[in-house]
Amino acid sequence: MQLTGENINFKYTKKSPWILKDISITINSGERVGVVGPSGYGKSTLAKILAGYLKPLAGSVSLDGGDLPKKGYSPVQMIYQHPEFSVNPRLKMKDILEEAWVPDDDLLGRMGIEKKWFTRWPSELSGGELQRFCIARVLSPKTKFLICDEITTMLDAITQAQIWNLLLDEAKKRELGMMIITHNKSLAERVCTSIIELPELNHIERADV
Amino acid sequence: MEELLKVKDLLVSFSMYKKGFHKYELEVIHQLSLDINKGEIVAVVGSSGSGKSILAEAVLGLLPKNATVTGEVTYKGNDIDEKSIRKYLGKDIAYIPQSVDHLDPVMKVGDQVIGVNGTKERQEELFEQYNLPKGTEEKYPFQCSGGMSRRILVTSALMGRPDLIIADEPTPGLDLKMALEALKDFRELADNGTGILLITHDIDLALGVADRIAVFYAGSVLELAPVEDFVHNSDKLRHPYSQSLIKALPQNDFTPIRGTQPYAGDLPSGCLFSPRCWLRDDKCAGNIPMTEVRGGKVRCAHAADG
Repeated sequence: MQLTGENINFKYTKKSPWILKDISITINSGERVGVVGPSGYGKSTLAKILAGYLKPLAGSVSLDGGDLPKKGYSPVQMIYQHPEFSVNPRLKMKDILEEAWVPDDDLLGRMGIEKKWFTRWPSELSGGELQRFCIARVLSPKTKFLICDEITTMLDAITQAQIWNLLLDEAKKRELGMMIITHNKSLAERVCTSIIELPELNHIERADV
Repeated sequence: MEELLKVKDLLVSFSMYKKGFHKYELEVIHQLSLDINKGEIVAVVGSSGSGKSILAEAVLGLLPKNATVTGEVTYKGNDIDEKSIRKYLGKDIAYIPQSVDHLDPVMKVGDQVIGVNGTKERQEELFEQYNLPKGTEEKYPFQCSGGMSRRILVTSALMGRPDLIIADEPTPGLDLKMALEALKDFRELADNGTGILLITHDIDLALGVADRIAVFYAGSVLELAPVEDFVHNSDKLRHPYSQSLIKALPQNDFTPIRGTQPYAGDLPSGCLFSPRCWLRDDKCAGNIPMTEVRGGKVRCAHAADG
């Protein structure tokens, strides 16, 4: 399968400067594309556009030539930087995990998720533990592409390595296509199959405005 | 080497309400020892939420009333506590807080930077040095961008030409290259004799700028060692936790150990790292003192073995 963004242009409001200009990106199944670059270059915006959460002003996003599905389970899923903000604080962990599908015990074991955490609230888990739930909940068999937006930036190095080792095993097994946003170059070199840098052009334009 | 700040067996606990009027004590920093000499940058590295900021606030006497602080803190050989530190704050000791919210929202930034002891000339000199355009001093914090506000915090810390700077996460949201660029000024200050305690969660940043690194884990410092010991490989490190931390970096082995950091309130007895440690035995229970091993300090019962 192939996820493509073609000539994507985006800005948030009419008056604001362009964030992305004529960005094209192609991700095939089994590929892990790293996107690196300093803050303010539009990495997260590009992620949200590819996942279908934002509409580009010009250009298009397509999955195998067709549009992303407008309802139901999207084969393109996202994992966010702050797991504590991407879960519903009023749901217990079991309900959060099973929002879209019910992971089996085998997957939970591989993800290092313990059953005794199921009855806890999100605030009662650490960032690393919470992030495992966020990963397991998007690893439904229907997921074909994963977009990871700085998913281990706030974690210590040991937890970071734990999470990435789990996720990479799973991604290789299922031939997932991934877009990996990070500002850590050595991490990108370690986990990605190719790396792109967003053009600095945008940034200079932003400074001029 | 002249010793500036020395912290010995610091303990911080908060008195909290459980249910109704039932109180309990939550110990967040335990047996923490640390020292900073003139002209060096010591980085305290630990994961987010593990209590690093509380360390800074405890030393500076900024904690709320329900906190209890015990242990020895000395500045240039004089014992200090939360009252006696007041005469040093803003002059000899400066604090760069983590968040730009620490600026007064209804005071012009120029006046804030000058504060009680500063002068207009020094403020203008610092603003020029930190690329803050003319006229910035007449602005209010909401009129300044995030990057400008950060630089304003730095200039206000430097106003009194401090001997010791405690900087809590001074480069949030910057990538490594920009953060290192921003910390160049710190290096320059240190080379001119200022001691800097840099609190950060970013180990790459610490490796790039610090002279010594203090490894912070679950509310205590497990190892304090020269930065050279951390670069490239973990062989020279003394504590199993710092070894596994360095091994887990993507530029090294990228192999993690099992488990997670324990919470304050749910801590193991004896060595804090022992539940995850491969060297664990009877020696790990009980009180383990900070000992000197191969030019660094470490809190591990097995450090002297290997």
